[in-house]
Amino acid sequence: MIGIGHYLGVSAILFTLGVLGIALNRRNIIVILMSIELMLLAVNINFVAFSVFLEDMVGQIFAMFVLTVAAAEAAIGLAILVTYFRNRGTIAVDDARQMRG
Amino acid sequence: MTLLQSLSVGAPEVVLAAGICVLLLVGAFRGDRALEGLSWASVLLLALAAVPLFDQAPGRLAAWNGLYVADAFSRHLKLLVFLGSAAAILVAVPYLRRLATARFEYPLLVLLATLGMAIMVSAQNLLSLYVGLELMSLSAYVLAAFHRDESRSSEAGLKYFALGALASGLMLYGASLVYGFAGSTSFADIAKAFVAGEVRNLGALFGLVFLLAALAFKVSAVPFHMWTPDVYEGAPTPVVAFFATAPKVAAMGLMLRLLYEAFGGMKADWQQIVLVMSIASMLLGSVAAIAQTSMKRLLAYSAIANIGFALIGLAAGTAAGVEAVLLYLLVYLVMTLGAFVALLMLVDADGRQLEDLADLAGLARTRPGIASALAIFMFSLAGIPPMFGFMPKLAVFSAAVEAGLWPLAVLGVLASVVAAYYYLRVVKIMFIDPPAGVVVLPGEQGVNPAVVGAAAAFSSPLGYLLLGPLAAWGAEAARALA
Repeated sequence: MIGIGHYLGVSAILFTLGVLGIALNRRNIIVILMSIELMLLAVNINFVAFSVFLEDMVGQIFAMFVLTVAAAEAAIGLAILVTYFRNRGTIAVDDARQMRG
Repeated sequence: MTLLQSLSVGAPEVVLAAGICVLLLVGAFRGDRALEGLSWASVLLLALAAVPLFDQAPGRLAAWNGLYVADAFSRHLKLLVFLGSAAAILVAVPYLRRLATARFEYPLLVLLATLGMAIMVSAQNLLSLYVGLELMSLSAYVLAAFHRDESRSSEAGLKYFALGALASGLMLYGASLVYGFAGSTSFADIAKAFVAGEVRNLGALFGLVFLLAALAFKVSAVPFHMWTPDVYEGAPTPVVAFFATAPKVAAMGLMLRLLYEAFGGMKADWQQIVLVMSIASMLLGSVAAIAQTSMKRLLAYSAIANIGFALIGLAAGTAAGVEAVLLYLLVYLVMTLGAFVALLMLVDADGRQLEDLADLAGLARTRPGIASALAIFMFSLAGIPPMFGFMPKLAVFSAAVEAGLWPLAVLGVLASVVAAYYYLRVVKIMFIDPPAGVVVLPGEQGVNPAVVGAAAAFSSPLGYLLLGPLAAWGAEAARALA
């Protein structure tokens, strides 16, 4: 029988993979965008699983909002990435070092 | 509760949202030559949105099925946010003109971010908190990359976006855990579910930590400060003047509301976290700023240190602490805005913006007015007694001492002493070093000299004249919360 714990486990694993994808990725900024998406979708699994478990609709509505905002976020991220590529001619993470820090 | 009631309670946001749609259409039809008109129209819109803040019945007015609340606390912060945004819109006009990036989107993006901030400080539910925070952040990412032909600006936008999206992911994960363990996303229900004295709820604690991490990112508290110096250095200066003021105030207000209203029962838990963030921010901000050669980076570390000081008031966990945080935010907003606008007015003969400390050498001889204003801001940010910047520092330190956290106050005083070194170094470079080069004032200055003058007068000892009303206003807001 699959219970709430299984869903939370999957979600936690996906979320951790997303965070690690941002932290460890040294090659490509597109991968960062994918990792962000992975994190948000992991959160949605959490919301929907809790929503079913609690028999409360708010979680599913929250998941809808997350999906919408994630779409806007991806659009803005890609737009900024395009201007960056125009200026630099590269989207490698290691090259984003014009400023110290 | 009818829709009409909700509309009237949420009038500031409703006016703002409707006005933005109209202005966006005007911009779309008239194009970039509408920039100046749109900027003034935006300020007018902010003033219009502020009218209901004075008009509303006192006390707590809930709306939108409990997603939103209008109380003295939210009204106080909204007024500060509107003020900071209006200033950020107006001071940018001459700069955008000069660099031929006079795109009409600038005032609209600032307005959208302001709408997000207004929702944030009125949020009564994790859902409205999330939507407000994202509206602010998404507008801010675009603003950071606004100078799209310059590679530093787009790099700043990219870094801000990647780290900001990570922070909102963390926040959402925290929100989902809190929802699961409390069974609701409303602050009042969360407060009922997580009461003090019970066995510690691990899920709630995890959720709280994730939420706090994301908010720490937004206010740039250590250990989530890494983006601040890079974004401040790369983003256009008027945008940085905006980032350093209104969003910090709104995020800090949101943090106060979330911790007091939703997690009031877990005070002992969050106090420790805030305590550590506060100490780390003060120390790192003060020490790391010493080695900086760019004025914008220096002010970025100054922002980190100042958030550390403001967090002292939150760590105290008392009503006096909340009051001190509110006073701190108000004075910090004015001082930082003034410092950035003064920096914005410095241009060399080639039209290049002067941003390095070395460029400021001998400024007192070439541009005595701007140099004196900058000196006032530096003394005030350092918290040196006759200046008004001393007052909020005193307030947070005394709140910490009253709460029995005197080691925190001692560390705060030590950090201020270290910070005074680099603030005074700026003054020394301007007043003692020989002039470095020609500083010209661009022909058109707009309202910038007036903004710098007003901010300098407020940061100088003259500010104490306003202390009585400001303190009373802050106390009323603090009572609404705690």
